[in-house]
Amino acid sequence: MTTSTNLVYLIALPLFSAALLLLLGRIADKWGHIFATLISGSVFVIGVAEFFAMQDRDGEARAATQKVFEWISVGTFQVDASLLLDQLSICFVLLISGVGTLIHIYSIAYMSHDHDRRRFFAYLNLFIAAMLLLVLGDSYLNLYVGWEGVGLASYLLIGFWNQKPEYATAAKKAFVANRVGDLGLSLAIMIAFTQFGTVTFAGVKEGASGASAGALTAIGAMLLLAAAGKSAQFPLQSWLGDAMAGPTPVSALIHAATMVTAGVYLITRSNFIFDASPTAQLMVVTVGAITLLFGALIGTAKDDIKKALAASTMSQIGYMILATGLGPVGYAFAIMHLLTHGFFKAGMFLGAGSVMHGMSDEVNMRRYGAIGKVMPITAATFGLGYLAILGVPPFAGFYSKDKIIETAFNAGGIEGILLGGATLLGAAITAFYMTRVIVLTFTGTKRWDENAHPHESPLLMWAPMAILAIGSVTSGFLLNSGSALVNWLQPVVNERHEHHAEEFLPPLVVSTMALVVVAIGIAFAILKYRTVSVIAPTDVSIFTKAARKDLYQDSFNEAVLMRPGQKLTAGLVTTDYKVIDGLVRSVGWIIQTTSSALRSIQNGYVRSYALIMVLGVLTLVTAIWMVTL
Amino acid sequence: MDIANYIYLSVLLFTIGAIGVVIRRNAIVVFMCIELMLNAANLAFVTFSRVHGNLSGQVASFFTMVVAACEVVVGLAIIVTIYRSRRSASVDDASLLKR
Repeated sequence: MTTSTNLVYLIALPLFSAALLLLLGRIADKWGHIFATLISGSVFVIGVAEFFAMQDRDGEARAATQKVFEWISVGTFQVDASLLLDQLSICFVLLISGVGTLIHIYSIAYMSHDHDRRRFFAYLNLFIAAMLLLVLGDSYLNLYVGWEGVGLASYLLIGFWNQKPEYATAAKKAFVANRVGDLGLSLAIMIAFTQFGTVTFAGVKEGASGASAGALTAIGAMLLLAAAGKSAQFPLQSWLGDAMAGPTPVSALIHAATMVTAGVYLITRSNFIFDASPTAQLMVVTVGAITLLFGALIGTAKDDIKKALAASTMSQIGYMILATGLGPVGYAFAIMHLLTHGFFKAGMFLGAGSVMHGMSDEVNMRRYGAIGKVMPITAATFGLGYLAILGVPPFAGFYSKDKIIETAFNAGGIEGILLGGATLLGAAITAFYMTRVIVLTFTGTKRWDENAHPHESPLLMWAPMAILAIGSVTSGFLLNSGSALVNWLQPVVNERHEHHAEEFLPPLVVSTMALVVVAIGIAFAILKYRTVSVIAPTDVSIFTKAARKDLYQDSFNEAVLMRPGQKLTAGLVTTDYKVIDGLVRSVGWIIQTTSSALRSIQNGYVRSYALIMVLGVLTLVTAIWMVTL
Repeated sequence: MDIANYIYLSVLLFTIGAIGVVIRRNAIVVFMCIELMLNAANLAFVTFSRVHGNLSGQVASFFTMVVAACEVVVGLAIIVTIYRSRRSASVDDASLLKR
């Protein structure tokens, strides 16, 4: 471990910028966006410098720590606000600050007509700070602070245009779904503390080797719940589609490239828990497999371009979660897919934003068509992202996604065939819905509104898209050449994968199969969408209807969780009113009735008082007389 | 003369006074009945003083007289004031305390 003094600036700079822009208010309107972008850029520069500094160190010394201050010190419970930059964190630092900076630049143009642009940039910087704290914290408690911070930033940015009630509702929905996941994380931290007496990653890792299987499974399940909340995995996936209410750069940065992948980071970071608990791993792969198919199916029926991409994000994160559940061999491929996905999905979201920008915020793909001719750069960058997500060689997805499919098949036995089959099926559906997006948006005939005048976006917008497109082309090859990422991450995920012996399917066969199903998916989409009607057809199969309704996720939540919850609260209110308040009120009623009965004695007539007095004395005298007699 | 007769007289006077307080409405009469009860008590004091052969009862009766005199002063003043304001000396009319 090396001690560093620079790590804190990674978080402090964007945090300071966010606070400054929010506190200065309208004074900063003129330069706030440029300031925030420069801050984000300088964070990226620090990150790159740290990366090269890491390259120069070897072995144990690669990871760097910095103790910022002593946070909690109660008896034996000791938590420092410490940062840890290791091989895993640096991947995220570069992704967050790199893609973050590109999206800052893009937003300068995209948000130029919004009079609240400064506030938007302040929130973006707040997000960068929180996300970096999430990946740099050296204990679960530090991670938790960042975890909540990104949740807040996500809430603020989804509801950025909160003058529209449905956008504000979407923000609230995302926040509530995330809270359910946060509960899992806090429970995991509490279990870890009671079991191991510490919450640092190193301490928990040390304790995990001697812990009971039950405790590890419980921690693993709670961490998975946390990951499901933040990464929009089944069963907490329903918020992601609505989160598209936020401005498109937010969807690209938070809800595609970085924040939603925090769950993958959490599971990878906690690899020592999951490696020791096969039950927890099984839960992880199940959630991943369900979500990757779930998201893909939703993606096939969405006419809103952003919601189609959101469903795709959900599905791709399903791939990553599945990979993290496959044990030591899977973590590196999960992170690789996470990084390549960060490039191509952020690029496609920015492309979607560019199209919306040109089409006066129209999101319905049935109103697009033939946009490739008027927006060639957007179409080209989007197309490169498209090839990357399909996994066409040599684009990025080919290296990362095929590795996951291959690892899934190699899991062995029926589990391997099921998981491999799910990932292959997912790849086919992905090919179908992504081709659908391309066909509906960029090719075919014009179906625009007569008021729409699509035009290519300015340089500030297409330059980030172009850089991300280059990433979509090259990142897979670079990360995979000589197993670069796998070797780089090896000290963190802690396993040399030596068991190449039991390969279920050789890589070549897997790649061929993947390409064949992708080709089928593409062909199917092209045939189906030769002609497109502007109004979505209503005489569709029951499956399409279900997919349009997000596979009834909201109806399910509403019927199973929301309504009974409302009934429960209504019942509790009635109980409170009738029973608790009834008791209190009846005490008052009894006293009131008794006292008004007693009051009639106090009639104000002197003679009756005198009579009572005489009678009282007589009674007293009689009593004394009887006793003494 | 049998000493018990004094006690009988005292009880009779006290009973007349007590009944008068309870059944009469006129404040002056009620007041006089109270005086009657006090004097019945005085008679009893003096009688017992005689029985016991010491002066304690006699002294107590003097105290009672002094207190009764004070009471007359205050009480009559109140009755006169009430009569002035309400044009009535009936104790039943002066029942404001219940409200």
